[in-house]
Amino acid sequence: MKIEVLGTGCAKCADLLERTKAAVAKSGKFVQLNKVEDVMEIMNHGVASTPALVIDDEVKCAGRLPGVEEILKWIEGK
Amino acid sequence: MWEKTVDWLIYDQAGLDAASRLGHAVHFFIYDTVKIAFLLVAIIFLITLVRTWFDTEKIRLWLHGKPAWLGYLMAAVFGIITPFCSCSAIPLFIGFLQARIPIGVTFAFLISAPMNNEVAIGLLLILFGWQATLVFVALGLIVAIAGGYLMDRLRAERWLLVDIQPLGALKRFERHEPLTQRAKEAWSHTTDLFKKIMPYVLIGVGIGAWIHGFVPGDLVARYAGAENPFAVPLAVLMGVPMYANAIGVVPMIEALVAKGMLLGTALAFMMAVATLSLPEAMILKRVLSLKLIAIFFGIVAAGIILTGYVMNLIF
Repeated sequence: MKIEVLGTGCAKCADLLERTKAAVAKSGKFVQLNKVEDVMEIMNHGVASTPALVIDDEVKCAGRLPGVEEILKWIEGK
Repeated sequence: MWEKTVDWLIYDQAGLDAASRLGHAVHFFIYDTVKIAFLLVAIIFLITLVRTWFDTEKIRLWLHGKPAWLGYLMAAVFGIITPFCSCSAIPLFIGFLQARIPIGVTFAFLISAPMNNEVAIGLLLILFGWQATLVFVALGLIVAIAGGYLMDRLRAERWLLVDIQPLGALKRFERHEPLTQRAKEAWSHTTDLFKKIMPYVLIGVGIGAWIHGFVPGDLVARYAGAENPFAVPLAVLMGVPMYANAIGVVPMIEALVAKGMLLGTALAFMMAVATLSLPEAMILKRVLSLKLIAIFFGIVAAGIILTGYVMNLIF
């Protein structure tokens, strides 16, 4: 599983990365976690707001900060 | 009722003289901090709850393929409820252009979002009444629409620094969540935002309290009141180097208006602080040429000055 956290480096984006790490730890799964900071690369995912969370190339949320439980559900839903 | 409680606390219990400058300042600080804190929690919660139905991607989908005039209008209106921090300016800008939304419509949104700050509007409504708020919002929308239209007429896309690849199909991420889930998320966002902006509000109220207690009324009235025809552009110039959230500026302008500053001048100052920020210009420099940023700031500054004068004339 590949998870990408898209964000240009604002506080919210750092927060999302932390929450995603926590959710991954809870799930116990083996996950490749990337932080994507390059603007053009972020835009290739088709979002118009950050932070955004992408799991296996599917955008799960954009422009808001999901809770750890919500992220966990997405990870386990895969 | 709350004012009576603070009266009792400051003047009777703490023994500060009701006629003294210090007494006035401390009274204003305590009274205003608690009042604004309460209002903020209520307003932010309501707005963030409504906002869970309107994300940027959805707005982009709605703006996509609309005739230009409708696009400007919708972009300006959506700008009111959309939160805005300067770090989201670039994704928004490129994301809109990728969806083939005209650059003018994109700018209408980019102007409206910080200028028509939804929480500041809520505070204005309670502190200054609905007439002033209505005129303020209407003028804010007109500035955003006119600014967007001008950008299209100037063919602003000439000054883009990046090559925009249009997206194919626009995706939408539907959320099917019960109200309780949305309310929970809105509440967590409210406490987050509250913690983040409270220091600014405290500074704003602090400056407001100082103005309230120690700045002589005729000083404000002379330099920033009706007697100075250049008060509005001056207020805008002063607002540019300051970068704060519009919400923190509200208590300051509340005190300034009480001291004789005209409402339009005070609001022009608030808009300039929130909209014309140097950090945002630095961020936008990565995708827009300096010339375009200068035009953008010029249009917004002119619009704010106009708004200030019109509000001064009416109120």
